[in-house]
Amino acid sequence: MTSWPILSVVTFLPVAGALFIAFLGDDEAGLRNARWVALWTTLITFAISLILVWRFDPSTPDFQFVEKAPWLGNTIGYAMGVDGISLPFVILTTGLMPICILASWTAIQRRVRAYMITFLVMETLMVGTFCALDLVLFYFFFEGGLIPMFIIIGVWGGPRRVYASFKFFLYTFLGSVFMLLAIMAMYWDAGTTDIPTLLHHGFPRSLQTWAFLAFLASFAVKLPMWPVHTWLPDAHVEAPTAGSVILAAVLLKLGGYGFLRFSLPMFPVATQHLAPLIYALSVIAIVYTSLVALMQEDWKKLIAYSSVAHMGFVTMGLFAVTAQGVSGGIFQMLSHGVISAALFLCVGVVYDRMHTREIAAYGGLVNRMPLYAFVFMVFALANMGLPGTSGFVGEFLTMIGTFRVNTWVATLAALGTILSAGYMLWLYRKVIFGKLEKASLAAIRDIGWREMIVFAPLIIVTILIGVYPKPVLDFSAASVTQLIDNYHHALNGAQTAALAR
Amino acid sequence: MAAVAYPAILPVLPEIVLGLGAMALLMAGVFGAASVRVVDFAAIALLVIAGAVLLALPSGRLVSFGGSFVVDDFARFLKILALIGSAAAVAMSIDHAQRERQQRVEYSVLVLLSTLGMLMLISAADLIALYLGLELMSLPLYVMAASHRGSLRSTEAGLKYFVLGALSSGMLLYGASLIYGFTGTVSFTGIAQVAAQGGVGLIFGLVFLFAGFCFKAAAVPFHMWTPDVYEGAPTPVTAFFAAAPKVAAIAMFVRATVVAFPGITSEWQQILVFVAIASTLLGSFAAIGQRNFKRLMAYSSIGHMGYALIGLAAGTPEGVQGVLLYMAIYITMTLGVFAVILAMRRSTGMVESIDQLAGLGRTHPTMAFLLAMLLFSMAGVPPLAGFFAKFYVFLAAIKAGLYVLAIIGVLASVVGAYYYLAIVKIMYFDEAVEGFYAMPIELRIVLAVCGLFNILFFVYPGPLVGAASAAAHSLF
Repeated sequence: MTSWPILSVVTFLPVAGALFIAFLGDDEAGLRNARWVALWTTLITFAISLILVWRFDPSTPDFQFVEKAPWLGNTIGYAMGVDGISLPFVILTTGLMPICILASWTAIQRRVRAYMITFLVMETLMVGTFCALDLVLFYFFFEGGLIPMFIIIGVWGGPRRVYASFKFFLYTFLGSVFMLLAIMAMYWDAGTTDIPTLLHHGFPRSLQTWAFLAFLASFAVKLPMWPVHTWLPDAHVEAPTAGSVILAAVLLKLGGYGFLRFSLPMFPVATQHLAPLIYALSVIAIVYTSLVALMQEDWKKLIAYSSVAHMGFVTMGLFAVTAQGVSGGIFQMLSHGVISAALFLCVGVVYDRMHTREIAAYGGLVNRMPLYAFVFMVFALANMGLPGTSGFVGEFLTMIGTFRVNTWVATLAALGTILSAGYMLWLYRKVIFGKLEKASLAAIRDIGWREMIVFAPLIIVTILIGVYPKPVLDFSAASVTQLIDNYHHALNGAQTAALAR
Repeated sequence: MAAVAYPAILPVLPEIVLGLGAMALLMAGVFGAASVRVVDFAAIALLVIAGAVLLALPSGRLVSFGGSFVVDDFARFLKILALIGSAAAVAMSIDHAQRERQQRVEYSVLVLLSTLGMLMLISAADLIALYLGLELMSLPLYVMAASHRGSLRSTEAGLKYFVLGALSSGMLLYGASLIYGFTGTVSFTGIAQVAAQGGVGLIFGLVFLFAGFCFKAAAVPFHMWTPDVYEGAPTPVTAFFAAAPKVAAIAMFVRATVVAFPGITSEWQQILVFVAIASTLLGSFAAIGQRNFKRLMAYSSIGHMGYALIGLAAGTPEGVQGVLLYMAIYITMTLGVFAVILAMRRSTGMVESIDQLAGLGRTHPTMAFLLAMLLFSMAGVPPLAGFFAKFYVFLAAIKAGLYVLAIIGVLASVVGAYYYLAIVKIMYFDEAVEGFYAMPIELRIVLAVCGLFNILFFVYPGPLVGAASAAAHSLF
């Protein structure tokens, strides 16, 4: 047990920083201070979250650093805690935030204070979502994230930002309200919304099916799964670079995390029954959106569709409910969080210089930007799952995990890796290689030291956990094992009960 | 029941204070002993004093006038809300009246008298007391709607409100007399005993009674007056209409339904389910096309009444708790938004179109931020208070097994989110137009208090949730 509420500190420290920025002036010094305060706040938050890693005990599947306080009465409380599944996502979030702030350092010139405040509030809501140990609190953070993201896309976005922000908000809101109703039904069935209690509650069969579908409605939109992914390309294209990074790296993971935390352990019977549906959607996502990605003319849109395809691997792995599948799903989410963030930052680098994302507008960048060509190559290769990068580990684990359960699904998914190599190499060739013919590109600068600081940690992480993934996998191993044991236990229990009847 | 001895007049003390005070202010104003400004502030002080007296009453259930006037936790909770709503409405009218040269002593006095009616209505425990309270509340409202005598819109609104209001009062009376005819009593508890046996005549009366209630609460299908009256009435009057009278109307709806007809829940539940569904849907869809902010707020309030009635449709203590919380949060949202509408004033005069808010995020950042938060709160997005309001009514609906109602309700809230977002979009995403005059201090206070309440509600929701729960249980 900890003596101080470390999770609440990690969660709410960014809001404290945001409040501080709110009282800064609007003059030149105030704007500079706003950037520095935001950077330091996120760095300190990251440092504190590293203390979590240091004091975390990976050998137990239980929730650690647990905090409890009454909130809405006694049965709906303020409860925070992390286990091996949620902690890596907390680190992913806190680790990416300083990078986002740095990436927006010069790109954002309009309403800088408001921008920094929105991002810091966003961080609080995301970290809170991963730490919440109460369903209502989870929903509170989960949905709360809509407001800052709506503002980020709508205020600092591209030309079609209004359309994109509305689509983003209404799509996700529509999905989530069903989850809210399911949460209420679960509350009346179990008498509490405390997640550790609910994990062992054993919901009746009919409720499981309905609740599973309701949660699916929410998480499928968030993840996103085919066919409710259409908001993502729009949101990505219009959002500012750092907004795309947060969207791809963290917000999408909320959906996968939700499946892992709620759908699998709380509705095992429904999971088993509806897994074929998820498989089908995953395979369509992997193959179809990869094909769509091949046809894109917009750089960011291509990466957005590639994200949908990669999330297909995640759902496929998770719903296999095998040790490899689930750990692979978690790993894939973390790895995609890093890689997609880096890819969007790569787009941001040239977008800041050229103000276009059209693939055809580039070509031959390697002549002027060798360093950039190298950075982009690392992440392009990682995105197609080249061995030695983190992308490989995730895709490989999810596929062998699924192979044991459903050969066809795994085989079709393998097609996706070929397609991903197709579109990434095609993109890389078009943008980086060839002659530098376009006059507008003649004076383009290579990446500077600030941008290198942004990319260096991402490259290191991608290669490091790609070559030696064991520490990351060990971190969540105990929690994953318990999840799978409980799942099979619950299924056996349900079968015995059905037979007894 | 071991009753604590208290003078029979004691439970009515806040009402007596308010009534005598209103008369005194009227005299003082008419004979010129006090300026309009003094009367306005005295009226606010009087409302505060009435609230203090109410809180100073002995706790528990107090009964007066042979059981037709009840002060329980339910009444206390809603009376405080009504008093807050009225006090804020008076405060928000001061600057507007000054600028429009419409300063009249009668305005505050009418608010006080109407509030007196509300307090009686909230405490009414039989049909006659209910009708008396209702009429005392409504008559000043008719006058206030028409108070800009020179304005065609205002007089039209007043006339429309009066004619339709009289019609609905008639229906309510007809229903009440049918119920009296079939049960032989006007007291709610007496009706409850007889009503348990059912009977078509009683249901017939109940339907008419509900028609009257729905009219006062502005719920579909008796909502038609709302947009016109909201738009036509002077803006401070609209701000008043949108808050306190809604609280009183919902209070009588809840008390009459829950106390007088507990035995025939299934009969009235289906009516309420229909009313709630129709109100939430109409409130969501009809508001999309509106450009006039006041008219938009009218449809929004219809929708909000629909959500509040979802809690009543559940017919359980949890449901009533949801209704009470909803009303508490609703009046803060509404008053805050109207503080902004009242501040939409340029050198050319008042503007009411939402397009005039363009670029408010640049010209008035604080005002825009608070309004945006209030709008998100109305849409029911966490972490704002509006989320908790919707949460509790839907929680009750799910427990009562009203799944269809709950699903349609949340879908309507998604549609409704669209037009709230549209206003946020105008404020933040669109190019700035000319700014407004600086906000008067009273409006600033109202907006700041309401906005911060909605933003910070999640930090410590315990007391209000607990108070609503205690109030709801005092009815059962």
